[in-house]
Amino acid sequence: MPAATHDLLDLDSLLTEDERAVRASVRQACADLVLPHVAGWYENGDLPAAQVRELVGEFGRLGLLGMHLEGYGCAGMGAVDYGLACTELEAADSGIRSMVSVQGSLAMHALHTFGSEEQRQEWLPAMAAGERIGCFGLTEPDHGSDPASMTTRARQDGSDWILDGTKTWITNAPVADVAVVWARTDDGVRGFVVPTGTAGVQTPTISHKLSLRASVTGQVVLEQVRLPGDAVLPGVRGLKGPLSCLSEARYGIVWGAMGAARTALLTALEYAGTREQFGRPISGFQLTQAKLARMHQAWATGTLLALHLGRRKDEHGLRPEQVSVGKLNNVTAALEICRTARTVLGANGISGDYPLMRHANNLESVLTYEGTEEMHTLVVGQALTGEPAYR
Amino acid sequence: MNIVVCVKYVPDAQGDRAFEADHTTDREAVDGLLSELDEYAVEEALKIVEAGEGEVTVLTMGPEDAATAVKKSLQMGADKGVHVLDDAIAGSDSVATSLILAEAIRKIGDVDLVLTGLASTDGVMSVVPAMLAERLGMPQVTFASELTVEDGSVTIRRDNEAFSETVEASLPAVVSVTDQINEPRYPSFKGIMAAKKKPVETWGLADLGVDVAHVGLGASWTMVTDTQARPPREAGQVVTDEGQGGEALAQFLADRRLA
Repeated sequence: MPAATHDLLDLDSLLTEDERAVRASVRQACADLVLPHVAGWYENGDLPAAQVRELVGEFGRLGLLGMHLEGYGCAGMGAVDYGLACTELEAADSGIRSMVSVQGSLAMHALHTFGSEEQRQEWLPAMAAGERIGCFGLTEPDHGSDPASMTTRARQDGSDWILDGTKTWITNAPVADVAVVWARTDDGVRGFVVPTGTAGVQTPTISHKLSLRASVTGQVVLEQVRLPGDAVLPGVRGLKGPLSCLSEARYGIVWGAMGAARTALLTALEYAGTREQFGRPISGFQLTQAKLARMHQAWATGTLLALHLGRRKDEHGLRPEQVSVGKLNNVTAALEICRTARTVLGANGISGDYPLMRHANNLESVLTYEGTEEMHTLVVGQALTGEPAYR
Repeated sequence: MNIVVCVKYVPDAQGDRAFEADHTTDREAVDGLLSELDEYAVEEALKIVEAGEGEVTVLTMGPEDAATAVKKSLQMGADKGVHVLDDAIAGSDSVATSLILAEAIRKIGDVDLVLTGLASTDGVMSVVPAMLAERLGMPQVTFASELTVEDGSVTIRRDNEAFSETVEASLPAVVSVTDQINEPRYPSFKGIMAAKKKPVETWGLADLGVDVAHVGLGASWTMVTDTQARPPREAGQVVTDEGQGGEALAQFLADRRLA
């Protein structure tokens, strides 16, 4: 895609040559592996397991899985590199970006940060290579924004652990080889490495989604699941474990949302330039130009915000409220851009021949998962005032 | 098996390409990149070396930005790069280009195979491989759509419109490859990281012992006297299917030797 048509601020000049190379590789991978198929996966509401394996394998070869982690076969890239990758993935589809986010930022990040050396050696190289797929179980049917009230429980039986409970809305669960599951213990919330083949584990698919249809979502149902003593993640106790993983994934969303937004902007620009009404392209009408200008403005602003957070993360690390500002702004902006782009295309905008409704519907999930708009607003409110309004 | 791949830095065909006042390619107006047709040569070299042993050296000549083409090749997996950079090179025609590349290949030394793409995507001449082979005293085997190397020889398949030829040559040899030969990889993140540490040598014409009088626009045997923009695309032909639609389509393809 020619940058000149939409990068009015020359934002590309803020990236290094190597960062652009990272972006080019992910863009090419998406063009080869995702874009020819994703509209079909979405329409069918089915991303077949064999396709997931193939995609994950190719992404592993590229170095995309756990790319921002060091060692254990991970590529050891920077936060901006990871952000650019998320942008390209989500420019294709939020579901594909979700698959990569969950593998790298949730499952692998948890193992990398809180796992024992044995756990890391066992899982991370294979997950980085795309030979094994991971998922991350925190949300429960009755406990979403308030994970502290979770009911999934792990009790000790001799040296073993016995897990009971249900996790839901778990991306990748039905195709996963391993689940990182968070459960209440006598010693606070702990993380467990649960191979999905363990007796008592089921990972049913959640069907009938009207969003993220090119993404595999399921539950992790645990019934009297017996795990050895070394299945617990030794490195963390309490909710700061899963919450820090979510902060990592949210950071990717800040970038990813601008990928969906870019696709919408480019789709609207191209359509407006070729669609003629009243004898000329609709791109020449003031009301259409106002839409395009506002879409560009929101996209450019969000991209700058993502890049700022990325540079901060690489140099200093990020505080949770900084990520919240990013997610709040960028997902809302992306959703608005997709909806506006849809109107530029008129009735054609709702057709599966164009990616706009797919992206807009996907972003409805992105708006609430990994922390709802409301929770992020309250995180920002607390950071500004010192008052936690949700307790 | 030591392989040198000749690669060219060309203006991005997606951009608005233009010419300078002297009708040479304007290399400033548009961002450049590794000629896509050369990616097939890089990929083929990597496959040969990965299946056996040896080293892939990428060689380019051109302005400072041409280092981008070397970098991309290194990111794909090539081991080292050589960039011939000299102001006197500007405007060189194919004859001068082959002279510079031949001297650079001699200086690299110990080369079993020289690979090139089938043409550059800007000049689209396809003559440099033949000239290069002549200058190096190596057999030239062009337009390979399949390539195997064994026991000191290279065997290629060259596809023509009506038949395919199998051609064998002894090594060292110069081989140009087509865009049918493989599917070039895109750089993995590990490749991008590793490329930062790979050696790239920059040589001037003096390093190669090439007399500046033999290169550049002034020394060129040919001169472009005029350039014109391609005429706008004409409207297509509409065939209304009245039972003969299939035949009309087949005739259309056959007329253009597309089927």
